Amino acid sequence: MEIKVANVAKEFGETAALRDVSLTVRPGELLALLGPSGSGKTTLLRVIAGLEAPERGLVFFGGQDATGLPVQKRQVGFVFQHYALFKHLNVADNIAYGLRVRERARRPSKDEIARRVSELLELVQLSGYERRFPAQLSGGQRQRVALARALAVEPRVLLLDEPFGALDAKVRKDLRHWLRDIHERTGQTTIFVTHDQDEALELADRVAILSNGRLEQIGTPDEVQDRPQSPFVLSFLGDAARFEARVAGDKVLIGGKPVPVDAHGHGDGEVALYSRPWQLRLVSPVGAHARGVVAGIRRVGGSRRIEIHGAGKDKVEVETSLSIEPALGEEVGLEILGGYIFPVG
Amino acid sequence: MTSVLPAHIRFRRASVIPGFGITFGYTLLYLSLIVLLPLAALVVRASSVGIDGIVAATLEPRVLGALKISFGISFIAAIVASVFGLLVAWVLTRYHFPGRAVIDAMVDLPFALPTAVAGIALVALYAPNGWIGALFAPFGIKIAYTPLGIFVALVFIGLPFTVRTVQPLIADIERELEEASATLGASRFRTLWSVLLPPLLPAILTGFALAFARAVGEYGSVIFIAGNIPYVSEIAPLLIVIKLAEFDYTGATVIATIMLAISFSTLLVINLIQAWARRRFGNA
Amino acid sequence: MLDAVARNTQKGIRWRSVVTESALVRRLAIAIAIAFLTLFLVLPLAVVFVQAFSKGLGAYLAAFQEPDAQAAIKLTLLVAAISVPLNLVFGLAAAWSIAKFDFKGKSLLMTLIDLPFSVSPVVSGLIYVLLFGAQGLFGPWLMEHGIKIAFALPGIVLATIFVTFPFVARELIPLMQEQGTSEEEAALTLGASGWRTFLTVTLPNIRWGLLYGVLLCNARAMGEFGAVSVISGHIRGLTNTMPLHVEILYNEYNFVAAFAVASLLACLALVTLAAKSFLEWRAGDTLSGRPGH
Repeated sequence: MEIKVANVAKEFGETAALRDVSLTVRPGELLALLGPSGSGKTTLLRVIAGLEAPERGLVFFGGQDATGLPVQKRQVGFVFQHYALFKHLNVADNIAYGLRVRERARRPSKDEIARRVSELLELVQLSGYERRFPAQLSGGQRQRVALARALAVEPRVLLLDEPFGALDAKVRKDLRHWLRDIHERTGQTTIFVTHDQDEALELADRVAILSNGRLEQIGTPDEVQDRPQSPFVLSFLGDAARFEARVAGDKVLIGGKPVPVDAHGHGDGEVALYSRPWQLRLVSPVGAHARGVVAGIRRVGGSRRIEIHGAGKDKVEVETSLSIEPALGEEVGLEILGGYIFPVG
Repeated sequence: MTSVLPAHIRFRRASVIPGFGITFGYTLLYLSLIVLLPLAALVVRASSVGIDGIVAATLEPRVLGALKISFGISFIAAIVASVFGLLVAWVLTRYHFPGRAVIDAMVDLPFALPTAVAGIALVALYAPNGWIGALFAPFGIKIAYTPLGIFVALVFIGLPFTVRTVQPLIADIERELEEASATLGASRFRTLWSVLLPPLLPAILTGFALAFARAVGEYGSVIFIAGNIPYVSEIAPLLIVIKLAEFDYTGATVIATIMLAISFSTLLVINLIQAWARRRFGNA
Repeated sequence: MLDAVARNTQKGIRWRSVVTESALVRRLAIAIAIAFLTLFLVLPLAVVFVQAFSKGLGAYLAAFQEPDAQAAIKLTLLVAAISVPLNLVFGLAAAWSIAKFDFKGKSLLMTLIDLPFSVSPVVSGLIYVLLFGAQGLFGPWLMEHGIKIAFALPGIVLATIFVTFPFVARELIPLMQEQGTSEEEAALTLGASGWRTFLTVTLPNIRWGLLYGVLLCNARAMGEFGAVSVISGHIRGLTNTMPLHVEILYNEYNFVAAFAVASLLACLALVTLAAKSFLEWRAGDTLSGRPGH
């Protein structure tokens, strides 16, 4: 189902958690809400679920205004960060809970509930765990029970709050693939919140990036990585060095030398140029775009990261092949192969 | 300083902290002198009577009557104290209203107020000419000097136990559980009943058992309001006092032994409830 | 888009937090709870003072002029002054050995320490009568040597110690267990002696809990009725504590005097409650706050 959020604002006392956020989630889509802590991503998820009331703005489910609809009637599947399993109920009863609390007319029969529960347990690969209590499960298993419980109510949208936040690194990776797999099989419209950009970029169809209660950008993982619309998005998604540059006509210049970056849409004047480590190359200081001193060398997988001081606004990182190994303290030059420009600010 | 004994044989795990010998020794000595020896004297005295003697003394109608009254009314009072204790604990923990802190502090009053003071205060209130008693008198309902008076005093005595055992658990309820239940479509009442209440049950039972155990042995706050009519409103602890005044030490001992046995079983039940709750709900 | 920008409350969208009850239910629950507590807690407390002052301040003060009343007050203070320090020392020793060390039978020991809580006050008095009374175990021997324990001060003190036995220990054990042993170990590695470690490291950490335990112990010691009633023999002016004096006055229909002495004990209870609230606020909720177990 299509979920639409229009001009939503939410305050907690004096602090604004969401400021005028609008976005649309397409039916069957897996959308990630990505941002640092305090960016408002969890608040947005809770507003969609009906757990928080927005002060302004509207929430639409499938074109219908759901802003005033109480959470009980929204039919959402919410997976909480700490799972919120009912400790006094076993796995089967936890999953069946949402079906059992329906009013008599809409409540499935006992047999139907049992069938649904075993179907869902199979989906989350926990068949045979019906009689276990949450205290007897591992973190990853609890997470899967929580997901099955949320899916049991045939939700119009599945909402996950930091679904892998409380798990250790290895289990996180496994569950990521598994969640993607489940999404493909069920075709469920899904929104999940994360502060981990790798998780968002790897898993989601589209990523919505939030900062300070504002939506910075929404797009496919390729779009947000290749065409970041703000310095925040750019630097949140990975390391970037900042240089002071100037636009003159259709050219971008650093220290009078042209840089192969498109100046399209920018008027003449000062701009900030951001380059990823792989958009820089070490060259001889003479005639380079920028110059600095080697301050650190790190090995990252099959390549090398060189840290250079004095070249850009803050520290600059350059990715090089293993064959290049400058000495610490050596003066080097940088050639800028590409980057993104933004107005100075 | 390494011990030659393997760990599982040694009585205490090695520690660098000093003072175990003297504090542990003193604890045992003091405990034995003040608590264990005197209680043992009671048990010795009771065993000299023999099982037949105990049974015979218990079946004496006045004793049986007093035990029935004590346990029966304590049971009902503990149930009422548990129900209202749960409500009070909920209101004090979850709602904010003016005067909350004062009321919260007041809950411990029955625990801090000397029982004799509570006793005469309750009579002054619930006697036919008292503030509350006068409201009921026109309907022919007598509270003081009847079993109803005993009930009032025992609810008073039990309340702090029932409130304070559930209160910390209510404070620790995870908000996410309530939200999860709501997202799954449950009404607020259903959430309270199916999600929030079951984990509180062990604490409610524990509070009930504590209130019950305390009520059975209560003396000071009851004797003033009870009327103390044999077979009607005479409680077991009062009968012990009466037997002692008549120098019937054996009779007093028998009643005391029965009451002790039941208090200890209650204590055991409380421990079992808590052990069960820990197993069932993890570290709840 | 004007609609979307306006405040939702202005559009008549009513919202209620999902983690609380409706306002009506909330108000009803608060009303019932307050009515119940008024009936069972506030009114009994109020009636003590109303009755005490019913014949005016003069009659109230006259109740304390009586020699018997003064003797009762003195005896109560004396009993508390003996039994509270003894239980304080015991509580510290028990908490130290239980909280700072691991040994077998620890939970049994804790159950035994709790034992007096589950014994009826009357039975607490009875056991000492059985030991020291005329027909008691040591009765004849004591009589021969002219020592009076039952129906005298030593008996009253013993019974009081018994009923207040667990208070300080109960308050300290969880507190000291929570604090663990690392701070003490640190002090010892820095060269402090065991005693110094206790005074400078342990004691400051437990001081609020200790104070609260002592207050509770004292309140119960001064207010104990059942146990003391059984062992004291009710000898006016000699073995009558304040609660027993209240009973005697009440049974003599001297209500003003009875409630006057009772009001003094009620003030003690109020001070204890106020101190508890204050200490909880000071200690940031680390006091267990549970009576009994």
